[in-house]
Amino acid sequence: MHDGDRRWRRIVGTPLGLTATVLVVAVLAMAVLGPVLWGDTATAVDTDDILAPPSAEHWAGTDNLGRDILARVLVATRLSMLLALAAVAIGVSVGIVLGSAPFLLGRRSGRLVSAAVNIAVAFPGLLLALFFAVVFGVGATGAVLAIGLSGAPVFARLTQTLVAGVAARDYVSAARVAGVGRVRVLFRHVLPNIAEPLVVNATIGAGGALLSFAGLSFLGLGVQSPAYDWGRLLYDGAAAIYVNPASALAPGAAVLLAGLAFNLLGESVAKGFGVPVIGDVRRRVRPGRAGADPGPAATDDHADGTAAEDVVLDVRDLRVTFPGPAGPVRPVRGVTFDVRRGEAVGIVGESGSGKSLTALAVSRLVDDDGTVEASRLAFLGEDLRADGGAAQRRMLGTTLAMVFQDPMTSFNPTQRIGRQLAEVATTHLGMGRREAMDRAAERLDSVRIADAGERVRRYPHELSGGMRQRAMIGMGLMGTPALIVADEPTTALDVTVQQQVLDLLAAIRAADGVALMLISHDVTVVGEVCDRVLVMYAGRIVEEIPAGDLATAAQHPYTRALVAAVPDMATDVDAPLATITGRPVEPADVPTGCAYAARCPLADARCRAEDPPLEAGPRGRVACWHAGEPLPAPDSSRPAEDLVETR
Amino acid sequence: MTITASSVAATRSQPGRTALRDRTWLRFALRRLGRLLASLWVLVTASFAMIHLIPGDPVRGALGPTAPADLVAARREALGLNDPLLSQYADYLRGLVTGDLGTSLSSQLPVSDVIAQRLPATLSLAVLAFLAAVTVAIPLGVTMGVLTRRGHGRRTELAFTTSSVVVATVPDFLIGIGLVYVFGVNLGWLPVAGNETPSAYLLPVLSLAVGPAAILSRIVRVEMVSVLEADFVRTARAKRLPPRRVYLGHALPNAVTAALTMCGLLLSAMVAGTVLVENVFAWPGLGTTIVSSILTKDYPVVQAIVLVYGIGVLVTNTVVDVALALLDPRSMIRED
Repeated sequence: MHDGDRRWRRIVGTPLGLTATVLVVAVLAMAVLGPVLWGDTATAVDTDDILAPPSAEHWAGTDNLGRDILARVLVATRLSMLLALAAVAIGVSVGIVLGSAPFLLGRRSGRLVSAAVNIAVAFPGLLLALFFAVVFGVGATGAVLAIGLSGAPVFARLTQTLVAGVAARDYVSAARVAGVGRVRVLFRHVLPNIAEPLVVNATIGAGGALLSFAGLSFLGLGVQSPAYDWGRLLYDGAAAIYVNPASALAPGAAVLLAGLAFNLLGESVAKGFGVPVIGDVRRRVRPGRAGADPGPAATDDHADGTAAEDVVLDVRDLRVTFPGPAGPVRPVRGVTFDVRRGEAVGIVGESGSGKSLTALAVSRLVDDDGTVEASRLAFLGEDLRADGGAAQRRMLGTTLAMVFQDPMTSFNPTQRIGRQLAEVATTHLGMGRREAMDRAAERLDSVRIADAGERVRRYPHELSGGMRQRAMIGMGLMGTPALIVADEPTTALDVTVQQQVLDLLAAIRAADGVALMLISHDVTVVGEVCDRVLVMYAGRIVEEIPAGDLATAAQHPYTRALVAAVPDMATDVDAPLATITGRPVEPADVPTGCAYAARCPLADARCRAEDPPLEAGPRGRVACWHAGEPLPAPDSSRPAEDLVETR
Repeated sequence: MTITASSVAATRSQPGRTALRDRTWLRFALRRLGRLLASLWVLVTASFAMIHLIPGDPVRGALGPTAPADLVAARREALGLNDPLLSQYADYLRGLVTGDLGTSLSSQLPVSDVIAQRLPATLSLAVLAFLAAVTVAIPLGVTMGVLTRRGHGRRTELAFTTSSVVVATVPDFLIGIGLVYVFGVNLGWLPVAGNETPSAYLLPVLSLAVGPAAILSRIVRVEMVSVLEADFVRTARAKRLPPRRVYLGHALPNAVTAALTMCGLLLSAMVAGTVLVENVFAWPGLGTTIVSSILTKDYPVVQAIVLVYGIGVLVTNTVVDVALALLDPRSMIRED
């Protein structure tokens, strides 16, 4: 119950929840006290003062018999509430019976019941209520039955879903296997477990019933004179609206307030008891302090100063920052590199190393709550730090191709493949629909999709994963790309298909001189495809190395650990797999000194105090105080932690 | 399961795949038709059963306790209430097929004439209100979705969700009464009864449309927000399409498929909502007729109108399902 208390406090803590709770309590109090306090006033006839407008004596005026309308509205609270609650009780009970029928009766007869419920649910409640109102006759009793039964299908559907969810659980199966009867299981194990959502929905239902009842009485089909509920008062009041508008507005306001109160209370309770809605849960970057951020990296200078024409992408001191509840978080902390024409550059690192964000940042695709800063960020000479409008869009749209991780979700499911490819040409190349479609087919053909002319008419879900990824590459080829940025392009694919996609990327690169930026957590993939490899850790580059040197000449302990973690033909199959101990650094919580120090076998006091700069060496760059030093013998007793990425 | 099957098949030869697509459509069409017919049968049977479920003699009830016994007997005979139940059922079905819905007990007119006379007013009210709701809700929902996408407009979101919940809870007839008070009683700008002039449509359509517009725009917003996080929206951005194209061309169609399901429910609810709103505005449609017929116990008319409303709902749902299948072919498979 402790937990329940806290949840209630949370509901009452929201302005909406608090208002709703106060209103519901007020309405219920009025239902109890109203008739006691104003019962006599409400029935006192005063024929000298009929249909009077609001006055000091009668705040909402009088009706056609001179009775005080406000008093009548207040007194009517009790009857209105009683009728609504009775209707909900009927609706919920019948709903539970119908909804648990599939569980009690077994599959075959249960199916019949649920089919009937499904048909009934399709008809709006008021229509069902009219039907039952005819059958049960005009009047309060008939209306209670009508509104109750018309609500039953919705509750039946709800119960059915809830029961099905609980019935699949182990303890229910266990009870069934133990020979406990279905009815007993239902009452002992199933219903108690679905009580909470049922009560919540019954609360919402009470609001609905209150409004429906008012509707039915307003039509003259509900409560009949001399009894009166809010709907009946509305019925009388609407007729007199030109003489005394308050006679319609007062009961209308009462219905509205009470209906809203129950509805909102139910909704707040549903929200509060369910999963808390916090906007930040899906945020890529975890919130936290940025205090530990060492700020822009000390000038890691360019590998070599050549800003030659064949540099396709030139990135210097790139930083990406996201707002967090406890201050900004910086998952990319000063990254400098370039990509030349026709070159393949790989970026490897664990998840959270900032490699994907680096790829998005250099392509101007960081979500716009993130801030991208750099001392230089140029693609084909175009400064990408500022939004260059339509001209920049056209330039990027035709020269920078993106390939994303998951080809299943990266195509628009509602559009045919061909149209999605052709769109690039119609938007940026000024082609007509036909011409663009021909080009799309041609490009699909060039990425080795057989029968391309026919495939352009397919929807994404009609193609296999490998084919979709090739189509994605083909989409990038609609223009004349100078750079393909591929973010984990093979991670979501079957092993057999992975190689095809990598081969395709290599072939395109060779044929057209397109540069490739390949982001992967897989050192093997990167080593195989790329010329040069950038190793990222905690938002920075820790080593840049020719791909051929990876296996033999890596300097940074992290790079060496990554390489060692890959089993090859020489790996002793009986020894435990090599792993990197410890956890990757959280972007929100980067330590002072070298970020890798906590996991590094070579770390000493200096590493923990001073962040090593990225310095050029003979064959690449490395950021380590102990670059190239021999590693101590692996300690197999340390807890193993997998390097395999979870994204 | 079917998804995997079809994508595997997609890699095979062309004729096989086309056949599979056709089969998916056929299965969908058959299943949908089956459900429509089953629902129709339930509806027809319920409307037939209605008159028999009423406790006591419906004709005596309709004519009142003072009516002469031979008149009651004659009426019963004319209505066929003395025949065996099964043959009454058969007659009822035959009547429906031939368009014979019986005779009104009060006006003695053929019920089909009453329907034909009243249906257009109701239909135009419902359709106009639906169009109004959609026209407002989709742009509103899209705009709110873009404004409140991840990491944006926290305050706008709270204001919008709160106000739309409140607006959506207000029942249409209360909105109607409020509008009558403001525009009819107070300002006297607009007619509040009947449907003679085009301006007479304004208030009833508004009363009906406000609630559904609030609900629909909420759904469109939620869907937009989640679709804007989807990978394919990132792809669309990577294609460097103008933002408008990204939102309207790629995000919106995917947000609308979910909203369309809700449209079906809203349209059915609107069919029922006309009953109350018509009675607020003395609209000469089916809604006012069914209420007065219930009060005068003119059961043949009530039966027929219930049937018409029910068919309206069933047709709406079927149309929505087919539209969904056309917009998003996966919905055919997803259904069961």
